Amino acid sequence: MKSLSSALSFNDYRRKLINYMMIGLIVLGAFVALAPLFSIFYYVIERGYHNLSWTFFTSLPAPIGESGGGMGNALLGSLKIIGMATLLGVPWGIATGVYLSEYSYGKSSKTLRFVIDLLMGVPSIVIGIFIFTVVVRPMGGFSAYAGAVALAIIMCPIIARSTEEMLKTVPIHYREAGLALGIQRWKVILFILVRGKWGAIMTGVVLGVARISGETAPLLFTSLNNQYWSGSLKDPTSSLPVQIYTYSISPYEEWQMQAWTGALVLIIFVFLINLVIRSFFSNMRDSRD
Amino acid sequence: MTNLVEVNNLKAWIGEQQILKGISLSVQHNDVLAIIGPSGCGKSTFIRCLNRLHEEIIGARVEGEVKILNENIYGSTVDPVRVRRQIGMVFQKPNPFPSLSIYDNVAIGLKLAGIRRKSALDEVVERSLKQAALWDEVKDKLRMPGTSLSGGQQQRLCIARALAVNPPILLMDEPTSALDPISKAKIETLLQDLKRYVTIIMVTHNMQQASRVSSKTAFFLLGELIEFGPTEQIFTQPKAKLTEDYITGRFG
Ligand SMILES: Nc1ncnc2c1ncn2[C@@H]1O[C@H](COP(=O)(O)OP(=O)(O)O)[C@@H](O)[C@H]1O
Ligand SMILES: [Mg+2]
Repeated sequence: MKSLSSALSFNDYRRKLINYMMIGLIVLGAFVALAPLFSIFYYVIERGYHNLSWTFFTSLPAPIGESGGGMGNALLGSLKIIGMATLLGVPWGIATGVYLSEYSYGKSSKTLRFVIDLLMGVPSIVIGIFIFTVVVRPMGGFSAYAGAVALAIIMCPIIARSTEEMLKTVPIHYREAGLALGIQRWKVILFILVRGKWGAIMTGVVLGVARISGETAPLLFTSLNNQYWSGSLKDPTSSLPVQIYTYSISPYEEWQMQAWTGALVLIIFVFLINLVIRSFFSNMRDSRD
Repeated sequence: MTNLVEVNNLKAWIGEQQILKGISLSVQHNDVLAIIGPSGCGKSTFIRCLNRLHEEIIGARVEGEVKILNENIYGSTVDPVRVRRQIGMVFQKPNPFPSLSIYDNVAIGLKLAGIRRKSALDEVVERSLKQAALWDEVKDKLRMPGTSLSGGQQQRLCIARALAVNPPILLMDEPTSALDPISKAKIETLLQDLKRYVTIIMVTHNMQQASRVSSKTAFFLLGELIEFGPTEQIFTQPKAKLTEDYITGRFG
């Protein structure tokens, strides 16, 4: 008995030790993954916060040689472009996701899914060039519209796939229960399935909006840039990422510092989108089953 | 007496597999029909043919005739949505819509059919929940999610949901097989009440249940209707040897 119990307690000891080692490894792994993220935050905040002031949000870029100025026009331009892209991309993405999950069977769905995966993998600069050819050229110039279309195309597959995945988690018998009540198929999908997964679908939307918020390359080809408050959506329009890009490659130190502040604002912007949309939709009940 | 439901030579397929091989039977007002038979013999498929749900499966096909109140629901001009409004259905696993409150689970069929008047909806919700013997347990928490109820309550909620549109026919596919004995007993008692105003067609695995609640019984085997008749006769003097073997538990 004695030797058995001592053997057991030895095993206990060993098991605990291994347990702690494993937990240690997991914590270390998490730390290694998070370290670059936090160092980016630190770097951007450290360099960007000097110029962070109310004028940064409200004024136009200062001419070369003058200090001060801000990115008010770029901020407003980004809001316009992202807003339009969202209005276009979200319904389009959700509709595509619904189609993939609910209406397409066999070969056609495989093809469509493949195309969408392909689209997700296309470098965004290629989409920029594409929109340059089919929208910018025919319209006769760079515009906020063109930028929004490019960003919507980037956004659509992200939202489509996440919507599809979410709807696929709803067991088939919920659809049948809806149909058996004599509810039309599209109403079952919209008012029971999509509504039931609305919170999760919105998480996909947040990912999509966050993703396009930082896109630079496609905007260089579509909405370009502008140093003024551009009034019309048909005009070249400044945006935060393009302005950051322009300033950071410039030789002037004031501009480079402004770029850091722009980057900080961009990060805060993405963070806020996440926060607002999540808190708005998290109090909606989501189906878990 | 006219037949409420009349099935003539009903055949059903999924892809290449023929699941029902020519079923004919009829059901009168206020019957309770129990459908018994071993797993996979086509019981679920049969009742899903009665509200045209079978065709929602990819590759599914139906032949033959199902008349409800003398109208063939497989007629070329018949809209399945309209057929389904006349027939309620309760599934094996309780499945209240997870995103909806208790109230909305019952009202959804009417709401999505365009009925908006609150007083009308309130009335239907109360009536249906009372019919499903659930009203007293939930009347103070109608805004809670339907999924917050216990399994047995959820199943009664599903019964209320099906009754809300006031269908003359209620299909039930093993409605108690996922429930504990107490919930099961409650639903069986409930069925005794329900059969006064709705005709019930129920699949069951449970012989006692079939003999207790049904007035007619149909025994299916491998997609064929082996025997169909008054429950008492089927359970005491089955005509077919196979029926007798099944009922006495010699197989299945
Ligand atoms: N969705 C489906 N896809 C393919 N085959 C199915 C499907 N549903 C049922 N079947 C087949 O149809 C046959 C009858 O099934 P079912 O009607 O569910 O039987 P029961 O309800 O009597 O157990 C079974 O062989 C089953 O494998
Ligand atoms: Mg079954």
